Amino acid sequence: MGLLSDPNRRRALTNLLTRLNTPLCIVCYLAGVAWFMGLAFEPFTLRTYMSENAMGSTMVEERFLAGERALVTAREFAAQKKKMGGMPVDWLVKAMQARGLEVFTQSFSRTLPFPDENKERYMVHGTNVYGILRAPRAPRTEALVLSAPCTPGSSNNQAVGLLLGLAQYFRGQMYWAKDIIFLVNEHDLIGMQAWLEGYHHTNTTGMSWTPLEGRGGSIQAALSLELSSDIITSLDLVLEGLNGQLPNLDLANLFYAFCQKIGVLCTIQGKLQRNDWDSAAGYSQAVQTMLLMVLKQASGRPWGDHGLFLRYHIEAASIRGINSFRQYKTDLTTVGKLLEGMFRKLNNLLERLHQSYFFYLLPSLSRFVSIGYYMPAFGLLAAILLLRALDLWVQLGSPAPGTEDGLVDGEQVRPTPFGPGVLSVLTPLIISHLTGVALYTLPIMAQQTAVEHFPVSETEAVVLTAIAIYTAGLALPHNTHSPCPSVRVLSGEGTEEGWRVLKLIAIFYMAVLLGCTALINFSLGFILALTLVPVAAFITPHVPRVLSALVMVLLSPGSTLLFSIFVYQELQEAPITLLEGWNLFLSVISQGILDHNLYGSLVYPLISLLVYPCWLLLWNILFWK
Amino acid sequence: MTAGRCTAALLAAVLVCGLTCASTAAAEEAITEEYESISNANEHVQAQDDYARSQKRREITEHDDDQNEPPPSSSSSSSSSSSSSSSPPSKDYFKEELVIRPLSSGDIYASFQFQTRWDTDFFAPGKKVSHYRLFPKSLGQLMSKFSVREMHVSFTQGYWRTMQWGQPFLPAPPGAELWVWFQDSVADVDGAWKELTNVLSGIFCASLNFIDSTNTVEPTASFKPLGVGNVTHQRFLRYAVLPREIVCTENLTPWKKLLPCGSKAGLAVLMKSEKLFHSSFLSLAVHIRPVCQDWGCKGTAWELRQTVNVVFDLHTTGQGKREWSFFKMFSRTLTEACPLATSSKVYIDVTDNPQGELFELNPAAPSLTQAVVLGDRRTYAVYDLMASGTFGLLRSLNVLLRWKTPGNFSTQVDMLRPLLHGERYVAGYGLQTGEIHTLIYNNHPYRAFPVLLLDIVPWYLRLYIHTLTVTSKSRENKPSYIHYQPSKDRLRPHLLEMLIQLPPNSVTEVTVQFERALLKWTEYTPDPNHGFYVGSSVISALVPSVVAMDTIFPESSYFVRVYTEPLLVNLPTPDFSMPYNVICLTCTVVAVGYGSLYNLLTRTFQVEEPSPGVVKRLANMIRYLRGVPLL
Repeated sequence: MGLLSDPNRRRALTNLLTRLNTPLCIVCYLAGVAWFMGLAFEPFTLRTYMSENAMGSTMVEERFLAGERALVTAREFAAQKKKMGGMPVDWLVKAMQARGLEVFTQSFSRTLPFPDENKERYMVHGTNVYGILRAPRAPRTEALVLSAPCTPGSSNNQAVGLLLGLAQYFRGQMYWAKDIIFLVNEHDLIGMQAWLEGYHHTNTTGMSWTPLEGRGGSIQAALSLELSSDIITSLDLVLEGLNGQLPNLDLANLFYAFCQKIGVLCTIQGKLQRNDWDSAAGYSQAVQTMLLMVLKQASGRPWGDHGLFLRYHIEAASIRGINSFRQYKTDLTTVGKLLEGMFRKLNNLLERLHQSYFFYLLPSLSRFVSIGYYMPAFGLLAAILLLRALDLWVQLGSPAPGTEDGLVDGEQVRPTPFGPGVLSVLTPLIISHLTGVALYTLPIMAQQTAVEHFPVSETEAVVLTAIAIYTAGLALPHNTHSPCPSVRVLSGEGTEEGWRVLKLIAIFYMAVLLGCTALINFSLGFILALTLVPVAAFITPHVPRVLSALVMVLLSPGSTLLFSIFVYQELQEAPITLLEGWNLFLSVISQGILDHNLYGSLVYPLISLLVYPCWLLLWNILFWK
Repeated sequence: MTAGRCTAALLAAVLVCGLTCASTAAAEEAITEEYESISNANEHVQAQDDYARSQKRREITEHDDDQNEPPPSSSSSSSSSSSSSSSPPSKDYFKEELVIRPLSSGDIYASFQFQTRWDTDFFAPGKKVSHYRLFPKSLGQLMSKFSVREMHVSFTQGYWRTMQWGQPFLPAPPGAELWVWFQDSVADVDGAWKELTNVLSGIFCASLNFIDSTNTVEPTASFKPLGVGNVTHQRFLRYAVLPREIVCTENLTPWKKLLPCGSKAGLAVLMKSEKLFHSSFLSLAVHIRPVCQDWGCKGTAWELRQTVNVVFDLHTTGQGKREWSFFKMFSRTLTEACPLATSSKVYIDVTDNPQGELFELNPAAPSLTQAVVLGDRRTYAVYDLMASGTFGLLRSLNVLLRWKTPGNFSTQVDMLRPLLHGERYVAGYGLQTGEIHTLIYNNHPYRAFPVLLLDIVPWYLRLYIHTLTVTSKSRENKPSYIHYQPSKDRLRPHLLEMLIQLPPNSVTEVTVQFERALLKWTEYTPDPNHGFYVGSSVISALVPSVVAMDTIFPESSYFVRVYTEPLLVNLPTPDFSMPYNVICLTCTVVAVGYGSLYNLLTRTFQVEEPSPGVVKRLANMIRYLRGVPLL
């Protein structure tokens, strides 16, 4: 710090930073992107390992043999489901009771803010059925959950069959130290949300449900099972939960360890791991897997029924059976053995899973990138904002270029630009935030009016209102410049210092916003930083207006979402046309709003209330007069 | 019939002492009328218990003695005690019994009770009791050293499932429970309690020494003395629960050593630890209390009851078959009674099978008896181990129950609806606050009754007592009596006692919010992420009986104590691992960096003149003195 206390050397450093500011920013950006892409390169990543001692060695022998019987149960369940035209509650209650469980039901209902066109539901009524296997040795203090969603149509019957088969098998064992809750939830996430809220007696989303009558203490871990075919070729592990939360890495390690032991193909993001990391194809596979994880995590929505458990500090994952055209097939007995093994390991836990990482990215199931490795990529991007802020600060401090000792003089000069400057930035700040509030509230509030006046459905009305408000925000900068000249003079608008102060504030705002977002949900923070930071760095009123405006719109949060959709589809190996992409874009927006209303996902409010206003500030600078 | 007469007399005696207790209680603390009835209830349970048991086990009178010659040593004991003025010499009896009850869930409930009674007074002035025959010396010495009037200790593994199993004979909370009434002569109760817990910890090989002021309370109403005596001020009562205590063979072995025959003969041979611990529920208990020596209650006798309550899960241990036998459950059979016992009997509950159409017992029971247990009339098949015919030709008794209707194990468990039932859970998420919900079910179709709820919450859950709500049928239910003792950090727990009237056929919900305290870093357990236990709350009540009982109890209610499940609560826990150190280190670095940066930003800089040399300064001083301008 002696370097900075010496005015001469300090001046030299500041000069260097201001002189080299643009090249430094470009270098930081490129380095950040390169660092991120390097994360998937195998020599730079760590091999996963089991941190939790209690789950360490895989000594137990799995004895589950009733796969065939589970299939029979599954068929019976399917027949009953077809007969009832929904969830066969009574049959399930009887089936669970016959397996020696304590059975309870919970009914719930929820009216969505607007119809969900993807799943075709609006007023949802349903029933969850769950049975508790009481541990002989524990006084109902801890529990594990195995859940299978009851979905309409012919999917997921095998999961329920296997769940019942496992219940029967587990009931005959003496070694359980934690209660095991077997849950069949209706209406996938809505049912799960109702059950979890009932279990913890909270109500965060305004759903109505009947209180639960049986509980098993604090839930330590949960697995959600999705199986739709009698035989499977591989098992896919889904980790991404609400708001980008991830379960402890040990849960993924446990799954991987048992897949290796039992000899089941296991994938993550539906991508099989390749062994040739040094070839281009191997690296590209790892990058694709990691990018998929980043995109899914950034979306902030639960990607399986497990996703809602994470809010309650319950480590959870979904296991999805995939039946493709591979040669190697696995039957239900093997899947049952895998689950038996996992549950016996979880049963051994002395503490909640906490030893391993909670923040990680997975380029494959056997390799992980921890928070310490991926954060520098974001840090490099965030450094650009700080560099620009420093540059602006110095510029604001030395109004007349060439004056000696800018900082000492700056002390005396500073009040001049700041007096009107602070006032001048207040107007755009407030107006852009009000736009954000409108974007957050109006789509749902105005859907009724929109439906009456335009020939659209409620869902379309919501989405289109959101897009309309978003676009209308772009017109605002012209209007924020008040026509009344007295106000303009008073607020000091239009001065050179005015936009600098505004930009300084916008840059700091963005740095704090993105920094906090990246701490909670790295993927979202990184993707936003990738597009917003260049805009923030280079926007001034003096750049060519039309071209810059085009670039800014292309790099706005809304367009980022659109690009992400295309990239996601590309990575899923299901490319789409522009029109399909646009339709998907609309449905993703409606899903985002629904996720916020139904499960409390925070991405929509974050974007509309904070990120979008921040971007509008930059837009304001571009059109500064 | 002698049994009936004796019971009535015993009952009268107990009721008398119960009334005296109640009146003193009323004098000491002016609480509501209902409260008194509850405090009486404790006496009732005793009466009830004695009543039921004495009906079951016919009699304890002298005519058994001819079978059981006391060993020669006993003559000396009787001679030594005959010096005291009491007309019968200081006698001691030992009785053992086993009650087996098939539960509606398909499980088997076996309840052992070993009762030792000694007609002596530990606290008679000028007399030191030093000769022990049947009564365990370790416990006797403990009683006299610490002036204990009554002691109840239990070790339990698993949780009693009221909804499936009904009411137990002797309820016990998961973990270890200890409650002790001291004599009113004890000046330093806390000191005696501390020493006593440490001694008991040694006797039972349990962690009772972890009982300290942070988990000890003095309940005002929930735990009244069960024996004779007139001290009812809670100053002499200490109650503590260790919900985390794990019961193991190391507790069973010292427990068995307290028996006169050890595990060598009598019913105790059935207690093989690998079978007992392979069960759904196991509770070991020791109860000591003073009882009346005779019907007139002229002198007190000491009664030691050792019980084992165990529930076997036939579903997992019996390969899905419903048949059971002694050998299958205990991997032993009975060959003899304890030679020191005056009575040794096995009772098997055959209430569901009055005509023998459902199942049959092999060998067939020599006799049947009826008793009212917990408000329900039960029929028992009795095997008297003292009778020579019981063991048959093989000299071994292996009672076997065979179902007449063949077929599979019906696991169709219909939930029972016990009249009183409680459960508890923690609501909310996150590590800052939470809410404890206690649900109390009154399943009686038309009778309302009051219950006493006792809640002990450790200090690290900071209860917000102003958020306490009691609701029944979605209406506020104001408790008629509330005793709340706030916690002191690191010193004592919260104690909350309430008397709540339960409307018929209702669920009463008691909620209270709490904040989770941040502990000091040395106060965390070695496994902080496991969570911290909150002991069971205790619900005590006089429950109206469904069975229309005959003449004796006009009120026809019986005392029930229900323990809820303990809670496991996570407290905010630092990450005691490598990342934690990294964070600490990073924060230090950031703090240093921030300090310097802040310093730079807030300081004004000026170029300092290079300091003048010594000569120049000297010259300047001279110039200053001379009044000449400085250099």
